[in-house]
Amino acid sequence: MTQTSNFTVNGKPVSVALANEETPLLNVLRNELGLMGTRFGCGLEQCGCCTVLIDGRPEKCCAKPVWSVAGKSIVTIEGLGTPERPHPLQQAFIEEQAGQCGYCLAGIIISAKALLDKNPSPTRAEIAAALDDNICRCGSHNRIIRAVQKAAAQMQAGATA
Amino acid sequence: MNAPLPGPLADNPRLDRWVSFPMPGKVIINTGRVEIGQGVLTAMAQIAADELDVAMSRISIRSGDTELTPNEGYTAGSQSIQFGGVAMRQACADVRALFLAQAALVVGCQASELSVRDGSILRNGQSTGQDYWTLAVAVNLAVAATGAGKRKTVADLQHIGASSERLDLPDKIFGKATFIHDMHLPGMLHAHVVRQPNRGAVIDAIDEKAILRAAKGKVEFVRNGNFLAIVGADETAVDLAGATAVDHVSWQHVETPSALQAEASWLLQRPWIDRVFGAPASEPQSRERFEATYSRGYLAHASLSPSCGLAEYRDGHLTVWTHCQGVFPLRASLAKTLGLDPANITVHHVQSSGCYGHNGADDAAADAAIIAMQMPGAPIRVRWRREEEFVYEPKTPAMVVKVQALVDAAGKPVDWTQEIWSPTHNNRPGAGGALLGAVALPNPPPEPPPHDVPEENGGGATRNGVPLYDIAQKRMIHHLITEPPVRTSALRGLGAMPNIFAMECCIDELAERAGQDPVAYRLSIIADQRARAVIEKVAAMAKWNANEPGGSGHGRGIAFARYKNRAAYSAVVAELDVAEEIKLTHVWCATDAGLVVNPDGVTNQLEGGIIQSASWVLKEQVRFDNGVASFDWETYPVLSFSEVPEIDIELINTKDEVPLGVGEVTAGPTAAAIGNAVSHALGARIRDLPLTRERIMATLLKA
Repeated sequence: MTQTSNFTVNGKPVSVALANEETPLLNVLRNELGLMGTRFGCGLEQCGCCTVLIDGRPEKCCAKPVWSVAGKSIVTIEGLGTPERPHPLQQAFIEEQAGQCGYCLAGIIISAKALLDKNPSPTRAEIAAALDDNICRCGSHNRIIRAVQKAAAQMQAGATA
Repeated sequence: MNAPLPGPLADNPRLDRWVSFPMPGKVIINTGRVEIGQGVLTAMAQIAADELDVAMSRISIRSGDTELTPNEGYTAGSQSIQFGGVAMRQACADVRALFLAQAALVVGCQASELSVRDGSILRNGQSTGQDYWTLAVAVNLAVAATGAGKRKTVADLQHIGASSERLDLPDKIFGKATFIHDMHLPGMLHAHVVRQPNRGAVIDAIDEKAILRAAKGKVEFVRNGNFLAIVGADETAVDLAGATAVDHVSWQHVETPSALQAEASWLLQRPWIDRVFGAPASEPQSRERFEATYSRGYLAHASLSPSCGLAEYRDGHLTVWTHCQGVFPLRASLAKTLGLDPANITVHHVQSSGCYGHNGADDAAADAAIIAMQMPGAPIRVRWRREEEFVYEPKTPAMVVKVQALVDAAGKPVDWTQEIWSPTHNNRPGAGGALLGAVALPNPPPEPPPHDVPEENGGGATRNGVPLYDIAQKRMIHHLITEPPVRTSALRGLGAMPNIFAMECCIDELAERAGQDPVAYRLSIIADQRARAVIEKVAAMAKWNANEPGGSGHGRGIAFARYKNRAAYSAVVAELDVAEEIKLTHVWCATDAGLVVNPDGVTNQLEGGIIQSASWVLKEQVRFDNGVASFDWETYPVLSFSEVPEIDIELINTKDEVPLGVGEVTAGPTAAAIGNAVSHALGARIRDLPLTRERIMATLLKA
């Protein structure tokens, strides 16, 4: 029997009809809504590749059943900015060349956004702690931390997406 | 007489295989090297921009494609720029020369009067009205490279040597569909393979009902011998069925590695094949002998995304999409497995997460291909489960390295023996390694004969087994372990990390015996100027203090290597604090990679190598316990953001004529610098990796 779930993604209301309402939100984003920026990394809520904002909180969505986000507001990497109008974090990640393979970046940028929303001028240690739920295997950590610091400074100075 | 062509260009001499001008204002370059997060495509564009004199923005790049690009074997071994980049430079220089010759005919002048500015042909600096695209119809690039095109001198390079932003990063930062996992083909079906636990294991029973119940959606079984897959249109249903199938398919003839077999020391009890390199064994003599044994356990590549492959068999032609490091060797292996003519197989590379070596990529592509052959017309996507990647990816082998050094009266080594116990570092399809899926099919391919990477390719277990130091007699004994408990293959640096760890820790131990500072001691036994330069540079960067007392819980260590003794030079200083666990606080690195194409790209690679090596040394070992017991990020933890040290890197000698491979150079020196720093901090040496809390506590108790 088909179940319908209603929620908001990047500011737009969506309604998804699925046979299995246990379908992870990640699969819905990628396969039903065509938002490929949120990545599958483990399916175990361990690596952070699938981090999205759910009502403003960074959460892993690879094992989160879609029914559990009914009525909630989801923000994915596609909802932050575009090449024409980048979010300050995205701009800073490009300026700092903060990435190697880039597979972890969508989840990390989302986690960083959640941090900066709460704490506009975090220390290096605070940034690192906020990103400890996200794995980067290529070793771009220091560039990523610098990019978050830079974005924080620019947002403090008034930069927006 | 032209110089010999660079290897990859000699192997693929037709210039149109490298460069073409199919659309006005655009240049397409083709490289056999693939992007694995190391930034190689950006570097290739920089190279082509310089040698063709066109803006980077005009260049599109195609890479790793059996239909389109040169066959450059594997993107591995830090060889993409040192060899593939030099080949691209020469191909572009030859192309530019052919265009200038044609332009000279059209304009009616000598080619020497002509130059190129962003694709336009100038005569004595003035426009001729001709450009690459007006001339392209008359210039035949379906000809062999000659090497007649003169490459630019270093002084004339504009793009090479200037940091360039990575071309591929913006799409990844804005969340565009860029990875193989994001591909969607019309009518595509998802699939999971129920993995054969080991070669020779036979399916006993399949509880199809239980699997179908768990799927909560439509899936079907595809079986060929002991190759069993679950296929369906709904990814979630296939995922659920795939995850539960592990418990609902039983196997006969299962062999599982035991906890004991995870230890490097287990290798010493195994059969092996001996190979000896270098000077004959020294006669017993009165010199003082120092001997120490070092080890490292099995490591996982632990790529962030589980492997993925797509395949479609239609009208007698198989098309495969893969993130493997060598599309041509994979095609050859698939042809053998599937009984197809290689001409009827096309393999395209698509990006994935960093692989750092031979992970499950080839196997996932083969899985998709085997299923596609049984379901003609349906595009098949196989995406491994996280546990599947950890359990079934080839592991980098555990190694034991024993060093024996004879020292003279001044405490300097005069005779060095590096004795290495290791399984093979190469089970890639191109080296005869069997694809996992192929082994499960009826009539599986035989086990490849015992082998390792040949010395001319840098060696596998023997990589960096010979010190670069000025030692009168050097030899290496390699015991190739023939029956490891798990499949082993290449990981970043292969044997270089354990060999350099052993060698450079031993050098520190010899320095200590001689009562000398580790930096001064190294400089006293090496004349190679480039080696000396990186050691001196990193010591200056770290403000190395020869008199810093040890044993206080705070330590510093240095180590050096030239990767493969023929690629880049790198020296590393590590600083750390040890209580029960190690807190790595700072790493300094000086590297000489010769001509650097993209300095920021190289720095990024060096940083990545340092952090990955620190993770290996401080945290990583694949555990076995009635099977592979490191199956997720909790059972195989890696370095986290809070554990990453600050890093300072300097590149020296970047305007040399010759580029030296750099992607793997920091792995060994970082490991040894950390080992030496821990010894400095504790006043006692730990010779086995990883440097776990248990080993620290045991060492402190003994000391």
